[in-house]
Amino acid sequence: MINLSIRQMADMLTTKQISVQELNGVYHDRARQFNDRTNALISVYEELCAREVMQAQDLLGKAAHPLAGIPLIHKDLFCTRGQTTTCGSNMLEHFIPPYDATVVSRLSAAGMITHGKANMDEFAMGSSNEHSAYGPVANPWDLSRVPGGSSGGSAAAVAARMTPVATGTDTGGSIRQPAALCGITGIKPSYGRVSRYGMVAFASSLDQGGVLAPAADDCGLVLSAMSGHDPLDSTSARRPGWAWQKPESADLTGVKVGVIQDWVDGLQDEAIKQLTLQAIETLKAQGASLIDIHLPHADLAVSAYYVLAPAECSSNLSRFDGVRFGHQTAQAQNLEDLYRRSRSEGFGEEVKRRIMIGTWALSSGYYDAYYLKAQKIRRLISDDFRQAFDQCHVLACPVSPELAFKHGEKADGVSMYQADQFTIPASLAGLPCLSMPIGHAAGLPVGLQLIGRYYDEQSILAVADQYQQLTRHHLQVPEAFL
Amino acid sequence: MSINRKELEEIATLAQLHIPEQQVSQITDSLNQVMGMIEHINGAQTSGVEPMAHPHEGWQQWREDVVTDQSHKTALLKLAAHADEDHYLVPKVIE
Repeated sequence: MINLSIRQMADMLTTKQISVQELNGVYHDRARQFNDRTNALISVYEELCAREVMQAQDLLGKAAHPLAGIPLIHKDLFCTRGQTTTCGSNMLEHFIPPYDATVVSRLSAAGMITHGKANMDEFAMGSSNEHSAYGPVANPWDLSRVPGGSSGGSAAAVAARMTPVATGTDTGGSIRQPAALCGITGIKPSYGRVSRYGMVAFASSLDQGGVLAPAADDCGLVLSAMSGHDPLDSTSARRPGWAWQKPESADLTGVKVGVIQDWVDGLQDEAIKQLTLQAIETLKAQGASLIDIHLPHADLAVSAYYVLAPAECSSNLSRFDGVRFGHQTAQAQNLEDLYRRSRSEGFGEEVKRRIMIGTWALSSGYYDAYYLKAQKIRRLISDDFRQAFDQCHVLACPVSPELAFKHGEKADGVSMYQADQFTIPASLAGLPCLSMPIGHAAGLPVGLQLIGRYYDEQSILAVADQYQQLTRHHLQVPEAFL
Repeated sequence: MSINRKELEEIATLAQLHIPEQQVSQITDSLNQVMGMIEHINGAQTSGVEPMAHPHEGWQQWREDVVTDQSHKTALLKLAAHADEDHYLVPKVIE
């Protein structure tokens, strides 16, 4: 049951081989059973889940959406009406939104069953899921190691098959890196593909909602249902609707795959390098032609990102003033003191650090030298990608330079920030990108990143699906969670 | 680029954050570490390059200038730690 694809589950539901209640009972029990070990979930729903199960069962007799009755976990930064939305922060410990995020309402309208909310790095800032007010998440492949972040709870929940699919968000790699470290597939769509309405903002020009699931086909089905223009978000693109088309065969003839060879050659971990080369060779064996691609400005991406993202974060998080919502201090002497103490008590250390970096970068005297300079570098990186896509249909490269590391191993922020060196460039350009599992090294999963042209999610999902038609890495489940 | 204690206090004031005395040194070091990493961008040749603020630059979506939302005063005031029927309540501002 736990390795059925979403298509197979949907087929079993419509042909009445299984009821919505039975299917969701399996995952509900697994979520409850394994959360002690993984800490992947901040909340597990009982009443809401039971209500949605009844509604979905009724829907199935009619013209139901193909996702009706399929279990789902949301990252805990998507607003859920009447249900706590913490963002992994003490600041929002008691925050109960009065509305649903568009992603939530669209997937609910499709009949998906929400089982709960996933743990995450506070306000989506982190690459290890150690920065959560609700405790660190454990990687199901090795509980002493991190699952990646910030969508680490979503990734761990899928890897342990506590849910067949989860939503996540990606600002600089927060879907792809945890997907890679947990051995599942995760897609960040093009900026503008998915509405950000009701998605608590970190860096507004970079944040994008996406999907984590075992297979590319699962991701494509769910991403199709949550995509599309939303009048409530002016940055969601007014484009025709998009529906994932699963390829009929694994033949990649005619597909030009650009390999970012510098990144592969630069991998320090020999096992990751070999698996990456093997996966690329498999694509070639499937008929793809390989082209060597060089992105001359990509080595500036991490530094530029840590100017731009904190700058946007310092602006976005200024809304948390302790007055209108969120944590309020009990010790304020006056209004100024109330702001400062509420924010200092409510935010964790990593969030405060990024707010201060961003405040500094935007302050008088540094704006031109750092913020504007970083925006120019963003242009150079975006132009690098544009030129690369004159030569190929998709790009292939590593996701993470290292395997899942031990909890507490990266105490300083800068070494943690470097974990996103291969994921940040595509984020700065707003391009669709995904991670797919390509094998294990020392018992830990490794991912390959595919990057597509703007609004061409279809191509990267198709290549991933075609690779997965011939391989079984995406179907591996940690032994302790079978 | 690095900051000292005085500059840290200025940044904290702008960011509306309170920094306990015992954390000043650690936070200063931590910010300086990040700033050292950011320094890398200074070596890049960017003269004549247009800044890129957003993947959707160059177009802004317009909508009709009509009211589409209703008042949610009650629901929103319920989210506050302290509020009466019409106002958010904060410590006294004017002595």
